[in-house]
Amino acid sequence: MEIIIYGVVNSASLALMALGFTLVYGISRLPNFAHGALYVLTGFATWLLLNRLGLPYILALTGATVLIGLVGAAMYRFILIRIRGMAISEIIASYAIGLALLEGMRWGGLKGATFILPAFAEGSVSVLGVSVDWQRLILIGVGAVLVGLLFLFVHFTRVGLALKGMAQDERAAMTLGIDSDQMAVVAMALGAFFAGAAAVVLLPLGNIVVESGYNVLIMAVAVCIVGGLGSWTGAILASFLIGFAQILTVVHLGAHYQVVVALLAIIITLILRPSGLFGRQKELEERV
Amino acid sequence: MKRRRGTMRRERLDRGIKVRTDSVYAVSGWPEMAYLALPRLVLILGLLAAPFIFYFNPYWQRVLSIICIYALLAMSFDFLAHFVGLVSLGGAFFVGVGGYTAALLNTELGLPPLLTIPLATLIGAGLCTLLLLPCLPLRGVYFAIVSLMFPLLASRIIEALNILGGTDGILGVDGFASKWVEQYVLILAVLLVLFGLRRLAGEDIGLVLRGVKDNDQAVKASGLNITTYKAIAVFIASAMGCLAGACLVHLYMWSGISQFALDFSILPIAATVIGGVGSLVGPVLGCLILVPISELLRDFGTLRIAVYAVILTAFIVFRSEGLMLYGSRKYHQFERWVEF
Repeated sequence: MEIIIYGVVNSASLALMALGFTLVYGISRLPNFAHGALYVLTGFATWLLLNRLGLPYILALTGATVLIGLVGAAMYRFILIRIRGMAISEIIASYAIGLALLEGMRWGGLKGATFILPAFAEGSVSVLGVSVDWQRLILIGVGAVLVGLLFLFVHFTRVGLALKGMAQDERAAMTLGIDSDQMAVVAMALGAFFAGAAAVVLLPLGNIVVESGYNVLIMAVAVCIVGGLGSWTGAILASFLIGFAQILTVVHLGAHYQVVVALLAIIITLILRPSGLFGRQKELEERV
Repeated sequence: MKRRRGTMRRERLDRGIKVRTDSVYAVSGWPEMAYLALPRLVLILGLLAAPFIFYFNPYWQRVLSIICIYALLAMSFDFLAHFVGLVSLGGAFFVGVGGYTAALLNTELGLPPLLTIPLATLIGAGLCTLLLLPCLPLRGVYFAIVSLMFPLLASRIIEALNILGGTDGILGVDGFASKWVEQYVLILAVLLVLFGLRRLAGEDIGLVLRGVKDNDQAVKASGLNITTYKAIAVFIASAMGCLAGACLVHLYMWSGISQFALDFSILPIAATVIGGVGSLVGPVLGCLILVPISELLRDFGTLRIAVYAVILTAFIVFRSEGLMLYGSRKYHQFERWVEF
């Protein structure tokens, strides 16, 4: 029972981490390797708003998340847009931006165990005989709500439909008057917003540390690769797959192996089936 | 001459010495020989003389060795990415494998550094090639991501299994006999690799490798096995990485999981981008600029990683051509303003 409940919690947090990454890749084909940095940046921003400016918690949360959306949009609009379509340059540049943000934050004082965000609700409840703290339950709820909202946004709003059109066929979308550069900026803002949302619900479970930026990036990449780059259903399915696999390894082997599972999943998936479980890439684009 | 915007443009003309294609010259006398040899001689003699220039400054002599180590890594990245088309973001994996191999050979078998370095280079390169073999059919982004995962995985596995000294690493590795040996081994290795690879790129195998990069289907259609050629290229590149790793281990007399750290993946890439991609000299030039900057910033801790990440981003986004290509264009061409 414990395995099932904590497996679901773990899977939901993986899905939260990966959602932004897969969104950006799906729409503008940009592997956003600054994803983890945006995640940590949100945590740091929330902490600053909360403790330095003394804003109420809920305001600090929303403020930081919106801010990070703008940062993402600016990053794309002013820097990454210039190398659009050059996959390798995109990886290197976004990774370098992420690195600069993360190490810059570390230099700016983000180290040690002093950076803690309070939980939304203290205490724990007993679910089916297993005690789970509220924060973890909220996390599942937030994850489900975000996925639901994203679904509604993409299917029922003009901008959402434009994004979907661009993900399916960029040229056709352009002939219908959709500005692909503008949409890519919107996609990046959304992706950064999702990274921020993941950060504010996940970070109260531990300290805000720079290293978690790298871990989040690895997990997001792992989930997206196993699920198929750019496929949302695949990403959610894969996060459950990896989530449960991780919990099982923690129970049977030890906590050290948690990341090893994710990394092995990436390598094995890439070797056997590079487009993942639900990928839509052509066979020839990915291997010879 | 005052230039008026809109009516003038810059015209570039090749110098007369240059005939039709790159690297084919019609030389007719000593001045022209000197013109061609000068840049090369400056590099070779400059590197060979460098240990004497810093004779009274042991700290900068050590920096020189580190420059050479990064230069080897950067050339390995450049060779794989721009001569074969495999973008490897995991240069640290080569360093780690080479380093641990050298450390084991030295501490377990008691071999001297001058024997462990070549052995570690060959054994390490073999290991890396073997491990990367299943990933070789992958293209583009997929290969880049999988190669990024290898060093991370290796360090996590060493941590989790607590093998090879675990988080402490392998201590008590022999150092070089003297710092002169250390520096000249590295400098000669850099020069040898640099000119060797340039030669290799012009040979038949170099042509095939470039074919693999530009159009692998065409190479396949010519009846050549792409994977074999990619494996050969990975062997060459990882040998360079392992050589760097082995020297590094003997330099610090210690081998640990920090050799799989991101520094060894990202700084060579930054150096290559800054120096100029696809030129092999560019990466060396990039290292000569970046490593001293990073040493000067050592007091600021992790700020130096942030600084070279910013430099890297600026170059890749705004000046993707790099310094070397810019410089050689200026050297080989006349420029003048003409009216149009």
